[in-house]
Amino acid sequence: MNLGQQLAQYILSGLSTGAIYALIGVGFAIIHNATGIINFAQGEFVMLGGMATFFFFSALKVPLVLAVALATGVSTMAGIVFERLAIRPLKNATPINLVIITIGGSILIRGIAMLLWGKDTHSLPTFSGDEPIMLGGATVMPQHLWIFAVTLVVIVCSKLFFSHTISGKAMRACSYNRRAAGLVGIDVRRMVLFSFAISSAMGSMAGIIIAPLTMTSYDVGVMLGLKGFCAAIIGGMSSGLGTVFGGLILGVLEALGAGLFSSGYKDAIAFIILLLILFIRPQGLFRRGESERV
Amino acid sequence: MLKIKNINTYYGKVHALKNVSLHLHKGEIVTLIGANGAGKTTMLNTISAVTPPSAGNIIFEERDLAGLSPDRIVKLGICQVPEGRQVFKPLSVEDNLHLGAYLRYRGREGRAEIRRDLDDVYALFPRLLERRKQAAGTLSGGEQQMLAMGRALMARPRLLLLDEPSMGLAPLVVQEIFRAIEQLRQERGTTVLLVEQNAKAALRMAGRGYVLETGKVVLEGLPSDLLENNDVQRAYLGKDKKEIWER
Repeated sequence: MNLGQQLAQYILSGLSTGAIYALIGVGFAIIHNATGIINFAQGEFVMLGGMATFFFFSALKVPLVLAVALATGVSTMAGIVFERLAIRPLKNATPINLVIITIGGSILIRGIAMLLWGKDTHSLPTFSGDEPIMLGGATVMPQHLWIFAVTLVVIVCSKLFFSHTISGKAMRACSYNRRAAGLVGIDVRRMVLFSFAISSAMGSMAGIIIAPLTMTSYDVGVMLGLKGFCAAIIGGMSSGLGTVFGGLILGVLEALGAGLFSSGYKDAIAFIILLLILFIRPQGLFRRGESERV
Repeated sequence: MLKIKNINTYYGKVHALKNVSLHLHKGEIVTLIGANGAGKTTMLNTISAVTPPSAGNIIFEERDLAGLSPDRIVKLGICQVPEGRQVFKPLSVEDNLHLGAYLRYRGREGRAEIRRDLDDVYALFPRLLERRKQAAGTLSGGEQQMLAMGRALMARPRLLLLDEPSMGLAPLVVQEIFRAIEQLRQERGTTVLLVEQNAKAALRMAGRGYVLETGKVVLEGLPSDLLENNDVQRAYLGKDKKEIWER
């Protein structure tokens, strides 16, 4: 394989992991925009998606499609319960307290998953076979196409939701000005709950579609969550294209770094990028500095 | 229509409202004047349940508002136009107005009805129509004030709470805003509780006025009486300075 083909291969696989990071990152951004907090339990919903699918499919022998749907439902419910039990009861907590609570929540969810499903790594079958597809010198697995398709659909749906429905606009209104949102009659607490539901659903989908490629276990959420966080930081916590590009950039750089230098550095690359962004452009790569008339 | 009895509100540790009572009749414009920090904004926020009272009753159309959340208050027909406009800056003018009707959308009300109210708001403030696609944050202060008022009107309030609508605006724009308030009262019979530092203009338009000082109502009466009152003149209208210095 010549260098060109290799590069194409790295970029393709980078884009597909990047799409996963993007999905997780958008989940981070949605909660951040609605509440002002970083939900570090986001990665656990990614894990729950994969693990619950495995549980329904392998242990309960449910058909794969149904298992995926059930797992998404379970993880979304988990997100809702998490908000109800851990976030909402704290009426006057500062964001930093809430962030610490989400870290505690993530440890708890991971612990429960370990007790329920053990420490083993599990694998899921790919959605439509293992026959590689040749694409201009690079090979793609059908699962990669699934990842692209699901990510695209989810992102497009969320874009439509946030810019064309009254509920979506109301959620954005909460993020721009909470008090004013309450004064026009928007139930802010309901919107916060809603944001947790949406982002845990997105996270779990990410976890489900990547599980056939990378396997899943009770602790995959930590790393995937941090990568998603990194994508959201690159994108400046936008719940739209910024974070999507952030995820794709991160995925491609990781794949190139791992392929051209050493796969040992794969995770380090993400965190170096994270630190660089935070040092140099804390508002994200694509966002211009705050400028508005007062 | 609105009866407030012996309200006490704490803002953090500050006792911001001390046994305040006031009432509004249907179709009335009542103004609440007072210096900075007198508790005017707190009064409106107490009615809107942003800062709930620690004691006292607020009765709106025979209904006790105790324990309701801000969105429930809006649902009952009380809308506040907050101090400093507080529009949703990155959203377009039209989206801001649509969000004003949020509860009506949730209530499955006919779109045509909401659309008609949108046109009414544009008729009241033609400048908003010109700028309907623009982000609210790019509007001038006066336009943002119009937008904030239009947004509140989209909820079809029976009681409108206005917090310093003239703040920081050019005199001509202030006139335009006040004309709109007057028009609302005449055409729709909207009851208005108007908080103002611009006491003279507010009293000229109101049917009654209250003077608030350090969290207490110190005076209540007809605008003409309040305008005549020496204390009011000295404190809020800038007259009688000579006497103060000489005394």
